[in-house]
Amino acid sequence: MVEWLAKFPLVEWFIKLGPRFHKAFLEGDRWRLYLKGLGVTLEMTALALCMGIVLGVLVAVIRTAHDQQRPGRRSALLGILNSLCQIYTTILRGTPMMVQLLIWAFVIFKTSRNMTLVGIIGLGINSGAYVAEIVRGGLMSVDTGQSEAGRSLGLNYFDTMRFIVIPQAFKNILPSLGNEFITLFKDTSLVQAIGGTELAYYAGTIGGNTFDYMPPYIGIAIMYLTIVIILTWLQGKLERRLRQSDRR
Amino acid sequence: MKKLLTMTMALALVVSLAACGGGNSGSTSSKGSAGPSSSQGSTSGSAGGSASSGQQGDSAFTTVEAGKLHMSTNAAFPPYEMTTASGSFEGIDVEVAAAIADKLGLVLVVDDMGFDAALTAAQTGKSDIAMAGITITDDRLEVMDFSDSYATGVQVVIVREDSPIQSIDDLDSAEMIGCQKATTGYIYASDTPENGGYGEDHVTAYDTGALAVMALVNGQIDAVIIDNEPAKSFVSLNEGLKILDGTWVEEDYAIGVAKGNTALLEAINSAMAELKAEGTFQQIVDKYITAD
Repeated sequence: MVEWLAKFPLVEWFIKLGPRFHKAFLEGDRWRLYLKGLGVTLEMTALALCMGIVLGVLVAVIRTAHDQQRPGRRSALLGILNSLCQIYTTILRGTPMMVQLLIWAFVIFKTSRNMTLVGIIGLGINSGAYVAEIVRGGLMSVDTGQSEAGRSLGLNYFDTMRFIVIPQAFKNILPSLGNEFITLFKDTSLVQAIGGTELAYYAGTIGGNTFDYMPPYIGIAIMYLTIVIILTWLQGKLERRLRQSDRR
Repeated sequence: MKKLLTMTMALALVVSLAACGGGNSGSTSSKGSAGPSSSQGSTSGSAGGSASSGQQGDSAFTTVEAGKLHMSTNAAFPPYEMTTASGSFEGIDVEVAAAIADKLGLVLVVDDMGFDAALTAAQTGKSDIAMAGITITDDRLEVMDFSDSYATGVQVVIVREDSPIQSIDDLDSAEMIGCQKATTGYIYASDTPENGGYGEDHVTAYDTGALAVMALVNGQIDAVIIDNEPAKSFVSLNEGLKILDGTWVEEDYAIGVAKGNTALLEAINSAMAELKAEGTFQQIVDKYITAD
């Protein structure tokens, strides 16, 4: 029965898949390389994420503070900071991630040997520009009446932000923030171009050894997808948790 | 309002479909690598080669596109394949492939892509042959077939002139060695020290040889293992680099075809033998590699 089925090209193709995947993942303990790569990918994502959030929130707060000044009482310092931030977001959002990474690795950090670190910096700074715009949108979406109310209750600017504006903004921006993190996670695969040894790098080199690129790439696609699904699930959980106080 | 929306959406759908159709037909006529025709080519080719070898004529090989020989390559490997200033392709592989196509009564079409894509294209029947300074290894023989070897590749080591690495034996002390992805240089160098390599942690694979050389110039890596001929080009283009004496490994270049495409392989091998006998092959090589 099996032999008769194996005559069909499609069935034959499926039967041959087993050894191909075996070769790409199990032979010579190659799965260790994928695990190593996955570790680097997750490490880069986590660190770049932190960097992106810090940078993004900083830029967003400066830009919102600048935009929400009362007319006639504009601070010159905020003006300068605001234009710096604008230059930052314009350049980082206006150039391809790949080109940025190549510039970081081969022009700016010309002497660095740690490509994982260069990748983290490149990804983090890039992500910061997007996070800044997302957070800014969130902060602007909270009605000015909220911060005015806070200030009239005697809270200072930072306390108003911390206890009143940011909690409301955070709930609004969570979906787009989740989007950005997923993009960041997948963008780590670009770091292979500068020699960062992450997941896609090892898939490429293993494919280069066996000349059979399909199994490693399908394999890592499944790994990326699994992690994104987990991230999405966590995000959904967090959103539901934050929405609890909405239902009254 | 709703009606208007539906109409706009319908219109958008029609326009996007039309755009798709246009794109497809355009690529069919210009490159001939669109889905249906290529998959047909590969299945009929493998059927003729392995399953029913006796039934059809033995010289009957099929190509992806009738009358054309598609060669997939990665044109960043001078002097075997490179792009000219005008964007066309030249190099030993390109001219040899053109001569082979000529012998077979076909017209050569060069499809430039990444090295990995070039190999996959030949395996999946998007191109007829892959020619990109490809070395035969046992692993690779399992997934595709190779012609007789047509050139000997020598892998050498490039270092900075002031580098502490002054012989190939010194490579053991290199903190980081750069290679081109999917080259045998990378495969051997990244192997464990017991197998004669330097370990995965001491080797970085770059997408192109040029990127590896740039990292070497910057001082981000200590040495680059790459094929001799590209190495010469890179060293002449960058100041302060030199090629270490001796060869790191020697190997043979061959043309890759889809597994089981024996008919095409035999046709290529006999055409190649003729070219070598006529001296055409040597002429092409001499044009690009000057004896030193």
